[in-house]
Amino acid sequence: MSEKKINGAEALIMSLERCGIEMTFGIPGGAAIPLYDAIYDTRKNMKFVLVRHEQNAAHEADGYARATGKPAAVLVTSGPGAVNTVTGIMTAHMDSVPMIVITGQSSREMLGKDAFQEADVFNLTMPVVKHSYLLKNVNDIPRIIKEAYHIATTGRPGPVLIDVPKDVGTDIFTGDWDAPINLPAYKPEKCGYEPETLQKIADALAASRRPVILSGHGVALSGAEKELLHLAETLQAPVTSTLLGKGTFPDSHPLSLHGLGMHGTAYANRAIVEADLIMVIGARLDDRILGIPSEFGKNAVKIHVDIDHSEFGKMVTPQIACHGDAKTVLQDLQPLLKRGDTAEWLHRLEGFKKKWPLTFSRRGGLHPPQIIAELSKLTKGRAIVTTDVGQNQMWAWQFYQCDKPWRFISSGGAGTMGFGLPSAIGAQLGRPDELVVAIVGDGGFQMTMSDLATLATHNLPVKIILMNNHYLGMVRQWQDMFYDERYSSVDLEGNPDFAKLAQAYGILGLNLKRATDIPKILKKAIEHPGPALINAEVVRRAEVYPMVPPGKSLAEVVLSHPRRKPGRPAGSRNKTAAKRIQSSGKKEPQS
Amino acid sequence: MSKDIRTHNLSIFVANRPGALVRIAQAFSRRGFNIESLVVSPGARGDFSRMTITAKGNQEGLEQIIKQCTKLVDVMACREHSDEEVVARELALVKVAIDPEHRELVLQIADHFHAKTVDFNENSLVLEATGSSEKLDAMVNLLRKYKIIELVRTGKVIMARGDRQT
Ligand SMILES: Cc1ncc(C[n+]2csc(CCOP(=O)(O)OP(=O)(O)O)c2C)c(N)n1
Ligand SMILES: [Mg+2]
Repeated sequence: MSEKKINGAEALIMSLERCGIEMTFGIPGGAAIPLYDAIYDTRKNMKFVLVRHEQNAAHEADGYARATGKPAAVLVTSGPGAVNTVTGIMTAHMDSVPMIVITGQSSREMLGKDAFQEADVFNLTMPVVKHSYLLKNVNDIPRIIKEAYHIATTGRPGPVLIDVPKDVGTDIFTGDWDAPINLPAYKPEKCGYEPETLQKIADALAASRRPVILSGHGVALSGAEKELLHLAETLQAPVTSTLLGKGTFPDSHPLSLHGLGMHGTAYANRAIVEADLIMVIGARLDDRILGIPSEFGKNAVKIHVDIDHSEFGKMVTPQIACHGDAKTVLQDLQPLLKRGDTAEWLHRLEGFKKKWPLTFSRRGGLHPPQIIAELSKLTKGRAIVTTDVGQNQMWAWQFYQCDKPWRFISSGGAGTMGFGLPSAIGAQLGRPDELVVAIVGDGGFQMTMSDLATLATHNLPVKIILMNNHYLGMVRQWQDMFYDERYSSVDLEGNPDFAKLAQAYGILGLNLKRATDIPKILKKAIEHPGPALINAEVVRRAEVYPMVPPGKSLAEVVLSHPRRKPGRPAGSRNKTAAKRIQSSGKKEPQS
Repeated sequence: MSKDIRTHNLSIFVANRPGALVRIAQAFSRRGFNIESLVVSPGARGDFSRMTITAKGNQEGLEQIIKQCTKLVDVMACREHSDEEVVARELALVKVAIDPEHRELVLQIADHFHAKTVDFNENSLVLEATGSSEKLDAMVNLLRKYKIIELVRTGKVIMARGDRQT
C-alpha cells in the first residue's frame, strides 16, 4: 500500500472496507466529492447504492443491518445532505441498530464561518447517536473508523457519525494503518453480573407459579433465540414479546402469547396483569408496552436482563437486575434452572387465548388483516417483512406469523413513517435470495416513495403491499376514540394512482379490491421476478384492536369498537360529533 | 415523583475528547436539570479530565443522569458524593468598593474569613477567599452591605475522603 500515495478520502473508504463494511448508501455533493471520487475506484468489495433522499439512505442501511446483523455505511454531503439523515439516524438509535454515518463537511478553515452548506452536524446529531467524531487529522482515519465500527457493533449497538471536512479528504495520508483503538473509557460488558444474581434469578423462577417472559430486541441482537426457547420450555413459562422482539420466540409455539402492549393481544396483556413473576430480557420497557408504568406487574417479582445498565429502574424498578448480554446470561443460567410447576397457569392462559383471540372483520370490503394473514400463509412466515408506521404496522405485527428473529423489521422506538420501503430495499440488498415484503400505509409510503427509483434501478424483487385506506388511519383511529370524532387533517385526498405510479418506474403495479382476489394477486406479485406494488383498496374506517388506551393500565384492554368512547380531550368544550352534526344540519365529512 | 429537591455533587472522570462536555451537559438538559456549577480541569492522567458538577433536582432523575453519563463512550466514571464524604472547596474573588470610612470594616470581614487582599486601589480592593461554598456565601452576604462591584466564583470542586474514589 505504500508505493502509491493515497489521500484521506481513499484511506477512509479503504478503512471502511478493512472493517468489513460491504454496503454503502448515499447521495454526493460538494463537500463529499473527494469521498465519492474515492468510491469511484478505490472500493473493492463494497457495494454503493445511490438513493433519492438521504433519509432513505439511513433507513436502507438500517434495514440492511437488521436483515443481516452487519452494519452498513451512509455517505452524504454536508449541510442539507447530512441534516436529511437525522430522521434515519434517530430511528436507528431508538432501535439500537448499528450504522456508520459519514457526512461531508466544510473545509477546516471554514468551520464556524457559515460557509456554503455548512451545518454543525457534530453537535446537531449528538442526542441521536451512540457516539460521533469530527475528523480533523487525516492520519487518524484508520483508528477512528475502527473505533466507530467497534462502538457501533458492541454492547448496545447504535449509529456512529463521522463528520469529515472536505480538505481532510484531500490531504495525503501518511499514518499508521494498524493504529490501535484508543477508547480507554468504553467497556461494553457482556457479563456485568455476579454469580449470586443468577442463583437469585433461578430461585425466583423456581418459586413462581405464574411466570411470564417478555422478550425484546436485545434477544435478537444477541442471537439468544435458542437460549430463550430452552428457558421457556424448561420452565414451561409463556413468552410475550415487544414489537421488535417479534420472532425471537416462535409465534407458532404453544407457549407464545404473541405481542404485548397497546396493540398486543388481550391474553398477553392479561397474563402480565396476573403474573407473579415477569422476566424481561433485552427490552427497555417502552411506554407503549407498559400501560401505566407504576401498575406494570405491580404484584409480580420483576427480573430485568439488559446489556444497558441505564435501563434498570428507568421505567420500572426490578427486584433483580442482571447486567449482561442476553445470550451469555441465558447460557450461564441454564445449569441452574429447574422445571417449573405452571400447568394450572398455562391452562388458565389457554382459556384466555380461546376467549380473546385476535380477530378481524370480513364485512364491508377488503380488510388489511385478511391480506396479511394470507401473506403469512402463502410464505409460511419465511418472508422478511418490513413495515411502515400506523395501522398497517400494527396489523402486520398481529397477523404476520413468524418463527425467527429478523423476519419482521419495523421502526419501533421512533415510529418513523416512511420506514417501510427503504428498509425493505436495504433488507433485500443484504438478503438477495429471500422474499422481502414491505407492508406500508398510503401516508407513510408517500414520505419516502422517491426510492422506487432505487428499487427499479437495482431490479430488487421487493413486494410492496400498500394498505390504501385514504387516511392517516392511525391518527383517525385516535381522533375517533379520544377526540369526539373530530377528524382533523387525516383525509389523504389527492392520493395518486399508486399502481400507475409504480408502472411509471417500470415496476409491476397491481390493484387489489376484493378479498376473493387476495391469493391470486399476492401470487402474481410474488412470482413476478422483479419489484411489484399492490395497491390494496382497503376499507377506509377499520380500526386496530385490541387497544390499551394511552394512559390506561394493561388491565383496561378495549377489544372492539367501543360504543362509549374511552376518552375526550382534556378541558374540551367541544360538541361530540353527533351533536355537532345535529346542530349544524350538515352531514359528516365524506369518506 | 419524590419532592426531595437537593443540590447534588457529581464527579465525572472523562477522556479529554472534543464533545465530551456537550454530551454530559445534554444528559442534564434533556431531563430538565439545571447545572448550578461546573468545573473542568485536567486530571492526574494527562488525557483525562475531571469534572465537578453541582445540580439541583430529585434523586430519581439524578440517578438516571448518572447512568446516562456513565454510559457515554468517553466517560470512565460518574459518581455522586454526599457532603460528608468529601472535602469540598471553592474559590471566590470579590471586588469591593471602598471609601476611607468603610475600609477597615471590609478588611475586618476579610480577616475573619481568612481572605487575602490580592489587589488594593484607591476606590476598590479585590479579596480572594477559599473554603466551602457555604463559607463563601456567608462572606459575600456580609460584603453586600458595602458595594460589591464584581464577583467571580470558581464553583465547587470536591475530592472524596480517605480510601474512597472521587
Ligand atoms: C414522520 C412521521 N410523521 C407523523 C407521524 C404520526 N403518525 C403516526 S401513524 C400516522 C398515520 C399513518 O398513516 P398511513 O401511513 O396511511 O398508515 P395507516 O395508519 O393508515 O395504516 C401518523 C401521521 C409519524 N409516526 N411519523
Ligand atoms: Mg392510511
